[in-house]
Amino acid sequence: MYTQGFDSLGKDCLRDEAQDAAALESRFQSRVDAEEKIEAKDWMPEAYRRTLIRQISQHAHSEIVGMLPEGNWITRAPSLLRKAILIAKVQDEGGHGAYLYSATETLGVSRDQLVEQLLEGKAKYSSIFNYPTPTWADVGAIGWLVDGAAIMNQIPLCRCSYGPYARAMVRICKEESFHQRQGYEIMLRLARGTDSQRAMAQAALDRWWWPSLMMFGPSDSESRHSAQSMRWKIKRFSNDELRQKFVDTTVPQADFLGLKVPDPELRWDDNAGHYRFGPIDWNEFEQVLQGHGPCNRERLEARRRAQDEGRWVRDAASAWAAKREAEGKTRAA
Amino acid sequence: MTDSTKEWPLYEIFIRAKSGLDHKHVGSLHATDARMALEHARDLYTRRQEGVSIWAVRSADIVASDPADADAFFEPARDKVYRHPTFYEIPDEVKTL
Repeated sequence: MYTQGFDSLGKDCLRDEAQDAAALESRFQSRVDAEEKIEAKDWMPEAYRRTLIRQISQHAHSEIVGMLPEGNWITRAPSLLRKAILIAKVQDEGGHGAYLYSATETLGVSRDQLVEQLLEGKAKYSSIFNYPTPTWADVGAIGWLVDGAAIMNQIPLCRCSYGPYARAMVRICKEESFHQRQGYEIMLRLARGTDSQRAMAQAALDRWWWPSLMMFGPSDSESRHSAQSMRWKIKRFSNDELRQKFVDTTVPQADFLGLKVPDPELRWDDNAGHYRFGPIDWNEFEQVLQGHGPCNRERLEARRRAQDEGRWVRDAASAWAAKREAEGKTRAA
Repeated sequence: MTDSTKEWPLYEIFIRAKSGLDHKHVGSLHATDARMALEHARDLYTRRQEGVSIWAVRSADIVASDPADADAFFEPARDKVYRHPTFYEIPDEVKTL
């Protein structure tokens, strides 16, 4: 089962703490090694729980904040169909956030705590959503590149050792493919359009290429959490492996569009069977993570405003539910 | 009036993908009441026609076995191999058995 909501029968787990922690931990690791899934109420090391809470909640926040850059274009989509598609995509992102918050809650943290961490600026979310979307082509580039990078990252997470996270990821991955294809189709339409449409598509690729590569996180040599996450089978591939896979997959797609990837050092290495690409500006990545990206402040303000402006709706729903419950009790009496 | 700072109750959501199949657990969500739970479940879990029927159950109302006790709890079934048809040796000549 899926939730921390029924704790009444879980008192016996106190007994576990008396047992030898090392024995529990080694049993846990052998279950993970045997590719058994860990479920919400199973014993798990505290550090595993904390790592998952951090990772899944950051992922959830990313989905929620990720609604904003594209939401910016809903009212100005170039046709009714594109508008309907974009609404559906942004709604999916909200749904992904909800699946992931649910999965995080199974680890014993409340939804309200998670939302509060985001609104207070204490929680991280993907650096990519702090970049602006000045043109319609940015919507195409996000679907193609950002969702493309997300898919690379997320497919291995479907096999994550933590059951509720893995199941949420299966659901999410099923929906992501639509996001990427609709984005590529927007780029294709622009690339086959007028000179100025092609220029718009190229400018969007120029803006989103490097931030997309940064989405995979720091280089393996710099990544603090990687080794332990691999051992726990939360992670299956390293940041650099996934980034390389993304470049190898995406460069030919850019070629097909007739657009140029903004990297003078990009070249095909026949011996390695991979594209070689230039150095990533990790200083920019750090700046954005620290809150100094182009839109960090705007994104958080938008989330806080949504929270404030929606308060009366939530209050009304709570009041209505309480009234109905009271009426029910009166009738029953 | 309820305290609006109180978190909405958690519901577990079960979906029947098509008639003839069981309802299957798909996840959870927060809602103020049963009706909102159903409507949110529809919007969250059936955006692509994944279901023809939804069950929403208050998580607090679910009684669950404890994984820590699983060995002892399920132990009575472990040594009763004679419950399975393959336990019995029947000569090959005997058909349809």
